[in-house]
Amino acid sequence: MQAAVEHLDTRRVAAAAPAAARHATGEPVVEILSAEKVFANGTRGLAPIDLTIREGEFVSLIGPSGCGKSTLLKLVAGLSEPTDGRLVWWRSGFDRVGQDGRQLSFVFQDPTLMPWSRVESNVRLPLDLAGMSKAQAAKRIDAALDLVGLTEYRRNYPRQLSGGMRMRVSIARALVTEPNLLLMDEPFGALDEFTRNKLDSDLVSLWWGKKLSVIFVTHSIYEAVFLSTRIVVMAARPGRIFGEMVIDEPHPRDDAFRTTQRFAQLCRDLSTMLTEASLASG
Amino acid sequence: MPLINNELFLRIASPTIAGLAMVAAWEGVCRYYNIPSYLFPAPSAVAATFIEDTPTLLRALWMTMRVALIAFGAAVILGTLIAFVFVQSKVIERAFLPYAVVLQVTPIVAIAPLIIILVKDTQIALILCATIIAIFPIIANTILGLRSVDHGLANLFSLNKAGRLQTLIRLRIPSALPYFFGGLRISSGLALIGAVVAEFVAGTGGRQAGLAYEILQSGFQLNIPRMFAALFLITVAGIVLFVAMVGLSRLALGDWHESEVVAET
Repeated sequence: MQAAVEHLDTRRVAAAAPAAARHATGEPVVEILSAEKVFANGTRGLAPIDLTIREGEFVSLIGPSGCGKSTLLKLVAGLSEPTDGRLVWWRSGFDRVGQDGRQLSFVFQDPTLMPWSRVESNVRLPLDLAGMSKAQAAKRIDAALDLVGLTEYRRNYPRQLSGGMRMRVSIARALVTEPNLLLMDEPFGALDEFTRNKLDSDLVSLWWGKKLSVIFVTHSIYEAVFLSTRIVVMAARPGRIFGEMVIDEPHPRDDAFRTTQRFAQLCRDLSTMLTEASLASG
Repeated sequence: MPLINNELFLRIASPTIAGLAMVAAWEGVCRYYNIPSYLFPAPSAVAATFIEDTPTLLRALWMTMRVALIAFGAAVILGTLIAFVFVQSKVIERAFLPYAVVLQVTPIVAIAPLIIILVKDTQIALILCATIIAIFPIIANTILGLRSVDHGLANLFSLNKAGRLQTLIRLRIPSALPYFFGGLRISSGLALIGAVVAEFVAGTGGRQAGLAYEILQSGFQLNIPRMFAALFLITVAGIVLFVAMVGLSRLALGDWHESEVVAET
């Protein structure tokens, strides 16, 4: 345990190049200030973590299993409270989240759709819960379904859709509230590689077009490099930040980026850092 | 043979043919060995008695069904309410669930005489017995259903700041429906069993005589064909109840739940 704690200071920035992403100097969306998580059974889920996500960033969290990526994401979502330390959203308290321009959405590992509701009702759910009028909601639902290309499936039930389409419904539901911050917990992990690449490309143009900030948990090196402006590598036992990598490839990126020399080099670098993080994970 | 692969043939014609064959064999054996009808009546003798006694038997069927249906209705309403209360509070559930289990494991035949002594009105006593036996599957299944909410969906609801009532109506109740309907199927059969068992114990005759009483009486009089006819009616009543529950469940879940969806091949 002692040795593991010392690794806290081994933080480093792999790519020293200045961030080329357009918003890297934007306002902070979330500041994680020495947030720490100890579970009820005494396990240290997260050692104190400091991390700031700025407007317009696409940050991926990657690391060996048990490194607390999902736990960190749950803290940011407010689904769980830090044992110590605190989080600040949009430079203010969490109670202001939900107002216009202060909206966060969560996309889970599974599509988590209500099987008894049609696609459009699933997408409408967050608006219904917020008490929005049907007429007002209708416009947003049309836009969200159009964005994920599922307009013609709106009257279908989730069981009638493929895995990739269900995930699209889940994304449409997250976008319907017009969030500024999108949290995604390995959303495409269960999909085949072809579908995953397609959804990744769609996501990256969505993020660019909508000026979103995204925190994205993944296990895939390629996915992290392709999507992110910044990658945060985590190590386990206890969960902590091991290092960071800035991907300064300009946006919008298209599929051609996947086949470049530079992409391969970035993947190699990230892979090396991940191996080190695994070794450091006691 | 293409007939074998025909869905309609498999579902309707094949059990009908099998049933007719069994009845024919039964009739044949009874005739061949000359079995007297007071020992084991042939289907033809049962049918003859049935036609002869139709008014009495149908009235008895109605009396039994009335008890079963009222008890079933009471079990559904009370059972659902109890399940909702149990789910709201762990303390209440912990305090009372053991006694619900006691009700379930005590054989109704053993407590029926007590209930019939304690409750003056026999009809009410019969309904009470049948309700006691029918209520447990409703309570147990509804509790299970209300609890088996998808964890991710529960998170989604709390992320969107859903209130308690919103979560109950939009998440918990729809999640519970498949379990609730499973409970209905079991409970409807049990209500009928409860009604018949209670009638056996109570032995109510006269205008309020149900099918159980007809069976008892026919036994005393060695009118075995009539006994079979009454038995046949009970079975038919049970099947009708079950099919009605299956239909209701299909109506409510048909669009979305895996158990009701026909596999697309």
